[in-house]
Amino acid sequence: MSQQVTPEPIPEPPVEPTPESKRRLKKSSPITRWAKLLLKSKTGTVGLFIVLVVFIVGIFADQLAPFGVNEQNYANMLAPPSWAEGGTSEHFLGTDNLGRDILSRIIYGTTISLLVGIFSVVVAGVLGMAAGLFSGYYGGWLDTITMRLVDAFLSIPNILFILVILSVLNPGILTLIFAIGVTNWVIYARLIRGEVLSVKEREYVKAAKSIGTKNMTIIRRHILPNVFSTFIVISTLSVATTIILEASLSFLGMGVQPPDVSWGYMLADGRDYLATNWWLATFPGLAITITVLGIIFLGDWLRDVLDPRSQGR
Amino acid sequence: MKRFLIQRLLQLIPVLIIMTFIVFSLVYVAGDPVALMLPEEASPEDVARVQESLGLNEPFYVQYGIFLTNAVQGDFGQSYRYNQDAMSIVLERVPATMELAIASMIFATIIAIPMGIWSATRRNTFIDLFITGSSVLGKAMPNFWLGIMFILILAVNTQIFPVSGRGTFMHVVLPAITLGTAVAAEMTRLTRSNMIEILQQDYVRTAKAKGVSNGIVTYKHSFRNALIPVVTIMALQTSTLVGGAIVTEQVFAWPGIGQLLVQAVNARDMAIVQAAVFLIALLVIFINFIADVLYRLLDPRIKY
Repeated sequence: MSQQVTPEPIPEPPVEPTPESKRRLKKSSPITRWAKLLLKSKTGTVGLFIVLVVFIVGIFADQLAPFGVNEQNYANMLAPPSWAEGGTSEHFLGTDNLGRDILSRIIYGTTISLLVGIFSVVVAGVLGMAAGLFSGYYGGWLDTITMRLVDAFLSIPNILFILVILSVLNPGILTLIFAIGVTNWVIYARLIRGEVLSVKEREYVKAAKSIGTKNMTIIRRHILPNVFSTFIVISTLSVATTIILEASLSFLGMGVQPPDVSWGYMLADGRDYLATNWWLATFPGLAITITVLGIIFLGDWLRDVLDPRSQGR
Repeated sequence: MKRFLIQRLLQLIPVLIIMTFIVFSLVYVAGDPVALMLPEEASPEDVARVQESLGLNEPFYVQYGIFLTNAVQGDFGQSYRYNQDAMSIVLERVPATMELAIASMIFATIIAIPMGIWSATRRNTFIDLFITGSSVLGKAMPNFWLGIMFILILAVNTQIFPVSGRGTFMHVVLPAITLGTAVAAEMTRLTRSNMIEILQQDYVRTAKAKGVSNGIVTYKHSFRNALIPVVTIMALQTSTLVGGAIVTEQVFAWPGIGQLLVQAVNARDMAIVQAAVFLIALLVIFINFIADVLYRLLDPRIKY
């Protein structure tokens, strides 16, 4: 049973750091501090490891995949995984109905998942960050309009919005990034705005205002750095939900289109062979689950590090 | 309370206007539906006549006005595929989706609340670790994959449940679990963290100090208070639930709104897309409103 966590008042850093204090700050660099904290958390370490592996696989897909993404092997159609009865050592996770190597397709799918996951988070993050910063800082009619817009977006499940956008535009990776980006910005906008509202009441912001610092400078120098940790945590966890979203859309046939490959698309393919060839649908789903799990672990750890109040929740 | 209700209802108006505006403008951008409605050999005069009759020559804001007036009356035009009123086709699918959503909500609640309490009262034990671990896993698994795995193991291999379709109680079990898992995961996590917070409150300590039994402290003093935020979460999860239903219905060939919507998007049957999105959004907005009111009724600390 741990004690109740009462947030202690954090002493504000001196306004003008002396050379001495600057050196001291540098010494305990955040990277070493984070590395120590990371090794303390088992799930955080596992998460980082998974994410690193996924990134390496995604970046070096061409070098790592034993076969081409759409390379067909007619002699070995629907071959089971190598350890199962009738499997060949050539195809570790088996082949699909067109004789394509499942392992290779999962490896190529990693690249697509990461591309869509990261870039749509960037689009959503930039839009949402800007909306949250300005509406929180300036308030007034800008805030009212932005927040009503956020309410409207949140009232509709985002997959609905994305489906409507995808029904209008031609499906593909870029459309997908755009559609997910322009619907997911609201999550950032709402959370960042909340943070900004509390940060802008702090002494140093008021002090900066009173000496006539320009609004844009205050936002950049005093507000942005203080909401950035929230931003990083939401972004990390958003990559996880976005990867699932991309897979869902591709599963519905509205996301990534062939000849590109996506885990969701592979799952949709595999569903038709469920009764006879279980491996088609099983492995792409495992890939999604493991990747998402890794990102969630990493994100939770980041939240604990960046926001000590949330520890252990 | 009356003032709060009026205020909250007034807040819905801009949300509804923006929502309809987004739905309308997307379809406006989609372009001319006439090409899909008429046979290919239709003459330019025919096309112009149909455009005229549908009001497609009017400027954007006039079209939006017409759309809004019709939408209020539930009129989203004819589905070109079914040659029927779009809203009535969508309404036909409502019971199936409702059945699925309610079943998965029941499943999620039954699983999540006891699990959340259990792990909170046994914090940092093996059970806690197992429950929190499962809830993370429940969030990480895409629900359509979970559904497919259920079909593989419980319907194809062991034939306990039917593979797809709607009808008997057995039909709803797998889709409901598939759809409810993510919600259950989120609810477990929240129940747990709320319970942990409340178990540390002074009045809980006082109750324990004066010798009230553990069971009563857990259920009477803590659980009732922990439940308040859970009600809100249940409502917020409706959005997740509806989103998930679109995919789950596809996996199990469940004849609900989600399946209809996906078919309509693929066929670019915009009347149905608009009607379905409008109806779903209205439902989600309504449920959120109810939850907000309920939350205030449950928690006397909140003043209006």
